[in-house]
Parts: sequence; structure tokens; C-alpha cells
Amino acid sequence: MYLNQFLFLAAFLFCVGVYGVLARKNGVLVLMSIELILNAVNINLVAFGAFRDTVAGQVFALFVIAIAAAEVGVGLAIVLLIYRNRHSIDLSEIDAMRG
Amino acid sequence: MQAENVAFGIIAAAMCVAAIRVVTTKNIVHAALYLVVVLGGVGMNFILLGAEFTAVTQLIVYIGAVVVLFLFGIFLTRAPIGRSADLDNDQRWLALLTSVMLLGVLVFVLEDAFGNDKLVIEQPQTSAEVGNSIFQTFVIPFEVVSVLLLAALIGAIVIARRD
Repeated sequence: MYLNQFLFLAAFLFCVGVYGVLARKNGVLVLMSIELILNAVNINLVAFGAFRDTVAGQVFALFVIAIAAAEVGVGLAIVLLIYRNRHSIDLSEIDAMRG
Repeated sequence: MQAENVAFGIIAAAMCVAAIRVVTTKNIVHAALYLVVVLGGVGMNFILLGAEFTAVTQLIVYIGAVVVLFLFGIFLTRAPIGRSADLDNDQRWLALLTSVMLLGVLVFVLEDAFGNDKLVIEQPQTSAEVGNSIFQTFVIPFEVVSVLLLAALIGAIVIARRD
């Protein structure tokens, strides 16, 4: 196995996630794309940890997993609040703070 | 060595297809289910890399909790269960251009930096090593993460509560 095959897979997942964040309109789908990005980062952390033969990569991946769980919780709470106030989670309609 | 590469190829192909479907499908529930394939594939990659504890945590936390949370979010926002036409905004082609260019830059840089670094996994990193590392070297970040989780939990309840 090469180190690069994991890094390329992670780069691809990251770019797909970036596309999703930019192109999706639904708030829940944007949060799913953010999960793709965070998972790409986790693959990189664990791959470099295995490459350098240290468990620090795994430890940081675990921290990222914990923080991703917290982020999804808060993010979905915000999406729910937006839905309750506006009866829509279309992110392109939320322009109250546009100058 | 060969079996690992075959397994990686199959898993990576499935993950790439599923990831693209997550961001292109017209059905929100299907997007959540394709996300399960991607997250499970990431867990299998962790096993290939000899990170058993992280792999199991990935399966429990992501597939067990996060995807269920997403499905709750979909149902609570009363998203259409079937196909819906307007899930993408009008900057789709610009977004595609951005991500393809980003992918090009990343692939070029990674090939340049780690082009022929072989990954040799002699033995998996055991859960005992991970535990020792968390509770010795990284004990302060660990405590900070637990406080952060508590804060996020309370924050999510406060935000989503009806009053």
C-alpha cells in the first residue's frame, strides 16, 4: 500500500464535500456535506498516524469525531429553529443579514 | 499485501460513487442513506490502516448516532420524502469548477510530496496504546473536549427548545 492512495481518497471526499456545501440549498444536506469534509480529514489523520507509526493520529481523529458529533447536534438545532421561524430550510432564502 | 490493495480499491470505488450521490441525489432520505455507505467505507479504511479503536468508534458514533440525528432532522423539517426538484442552488457549475480545481491542486501537491512513500503496517495500533496516549499525553485536550461536548449538548437543547 502507498500512503498516497489514502490521501487521494481523502482529497476526493473533501472536494465532493466542498461541492456539496457550495451547491446545496437544503440546510440538512449542507450539514451532510460538512460530515464528508470532516471524514476526509479523519482519513488523513489516521493515514499519517500509521505512516509515522504513532497513535497521535488516531487520538486526533477521535477528537474530530467527538467535535463532529457536537457540531451536528448544534447545527441541526439551528436548522430546526430556522424551519420553525420561516417554515423552510432553503438556505438561499435566508438573507436577512445581507447588506 | 495484494489483498489489502484489492479491498482498498473496492471500498474506495464504493465510497466515491456514494459520496457523489450524497451531493447530487434529488431525494434527501437517499442522501442520508448514501452517507451511511461513505461513513462505513471510512471505518473500513481505518481497519486497513490498523486503527481498530477509531474504526469501531466511527461505526458507533457516525452510523449509530449522527445518521439517526440526520434522519430526525429530515423528518422534523418535514422534508419531502420523495424526489424534490429544487435541492441545488444556481451556483452549481461554479461550485463544480471550484471543487475540481481544488482537487487538481491537492492531487498535484500530494503526488509531489508523498509520491512514492510506501505505507507498511506491521502491526495494528491497539486500543491499549490509544487509551494510554489519550490519558497521558492528551489528557488536557480530552478534558476540554468533554466540556465542549457538554456545552454543545446544553446549547442544542436551549436553541431547539420551544418556549
